[in-house]
Amino acid sequence: MLNVGKIEEGFVLDHIPAGKSLAIYHHLQLDKLDCTVAIIKNARSNKMGKKDLLKVECDINLIDMDVIAVIDHNITVNVIKNGEIVSKKELILPKEIKNIFKCKNPRCITSIEQELPHIFVLSDGKKEVYRCKYCEEKFDTRSFF
Amino acid sequence: MRHLITPLDFTTDELEKLFDLANDIENNKSKYSKICEGKILATCFYEPSTRTRLSFESAMLQLGGQVLGFSDAGSSSASKGESVSDTIRMISAYTDICAMRHPKEGSAMVASTAASIPVINAGDGGHQHPTQTLTDLLTIRSLKKRLNNFTIGLCGDLKFGRTVHSLINALVRYPDVKFVFISPEELRIPDYIIEMLKEKDIPFEEVIRLEDVMPKLDLLYMTRVQRERFFNEQDYVRLKDFYILDKAKMKLAKEDMLVLHPLPRVNEISIEVDSDPRAAYFRQVKYGVYVRMALILTLLELA
Repeated sequence: MLNVGKIEEGFVLDHIPAGKSLAIYHHLQLDKLDCTVAIIKNARSNKMGKKDLLKVECDINLIDMDVIAVIDHNITVNVIKNGEIVSKKELILPKEIKNIFKCKNPRCITSIEQELPHIFVLSDGKKEVYRCKYCEEKFDTRSFF
Repeated sequence: MRHLITPLDFTTDELEKLFDLANDIENNKSKYSKICEGKILATCFYEPSTRTRLSFESAMLQLGGQVLGFSDAGSSSASKGESVSDTIRMISAYTDICAMRHPKEGSAMVASTAASIPVINAGDGGHQHPTQTLTDLLTIRSLKKRLNNFTIGLCGDLKFGRTVHSLINALVRYPDVKFVFISPEELRIPDYIIEMLKEKDIPFEEVIRLEDVMPKLDLLYMTRVQRERFFNEQDYVRLKDFYILDKAKMKLAKEDMLVLHPLPRVNEISIEVDSDPRAAYFRQVKYGVYVRMALILTLLELA
């Protein structure tokens, strides 16, 4: 069993579906932060069989939690202070997501007007369906992986 | 200030007022002939459309107003790389109201957020075409005397046909409307519309053969398979003549069924159907001008 040391200040993303951690790493733009990140793949899990984890040693306020909620709101976010879990962040699907994902519809106005923000609106909370604010094209959150 | 970007921008009550105004214009043209004196309509058409553009221009001219604009992207600043937002800011300084057609979906919405004048979506790619929808609704209301309790068949290109998408969005707000979608597999109605109908528990069916459903229809809305929506010419050639409405098929229909078409037609309605009293598509064109006149007056707050 591989051991990864605990972090003092930061957060841990737990219960990431196995194999999705790298995609989340990129979508959270962790590569742009100057902090320690541990990516743990295929860890054993009683609940999921296998899971991924991300341990990040930085202020959680630097991270856009909406991204995690959109990708998979079943992911657990543990906030760490002085080496201990002090709280768990609840992930709620945002009503609107801005400039995180791009509309892939080649007929959308955003495909030619570079300055426009890419905005997706939650059109069905139960089915977790987002649609482009401009062209209403359905956005498949599973398309990241 | 209001815009018209989707058919849902107006409530059904507001639409009733708009249609009453359109019918009043139809019956009392001289009463409205100078009401827009001193006002200018901009027609910003980034893709070719003779019919819709002329309908808007005719509407404004019949109201006593004036018109300026462009009729393809090549003759506008878009060819120099100007954004829709910048163009509409400039147009806002020159005119009082703007009708915009653009090949990209969501373009009219972008324009409305930057404009300081009312913006009318005259078609944004394969997405929405609300003034065609208003035309369709006014035609049905004027000729059928109701906007509820009927079965409407929508036939042809249901995938890229923006007139179809807009019309469905508008009709779901009226009670007891049933939909029959008639299309080849490749041009089926988009999934988001199917989802919406299921959620609202609105009855619909999808079929391929027009003949099978003709007897049950109160309205038949024919559409053209549009070459410009295809990336692949071979697909267009294969599908363009999939449906042809002719006298033989009309024999299967109810005596009071109406045939509508947003026009222009190519081969999908045989010219032998034109003389059938149920063919309403040329009357529809007139209603298109009346409803645009009513819309211009409403958005300029002159009605």
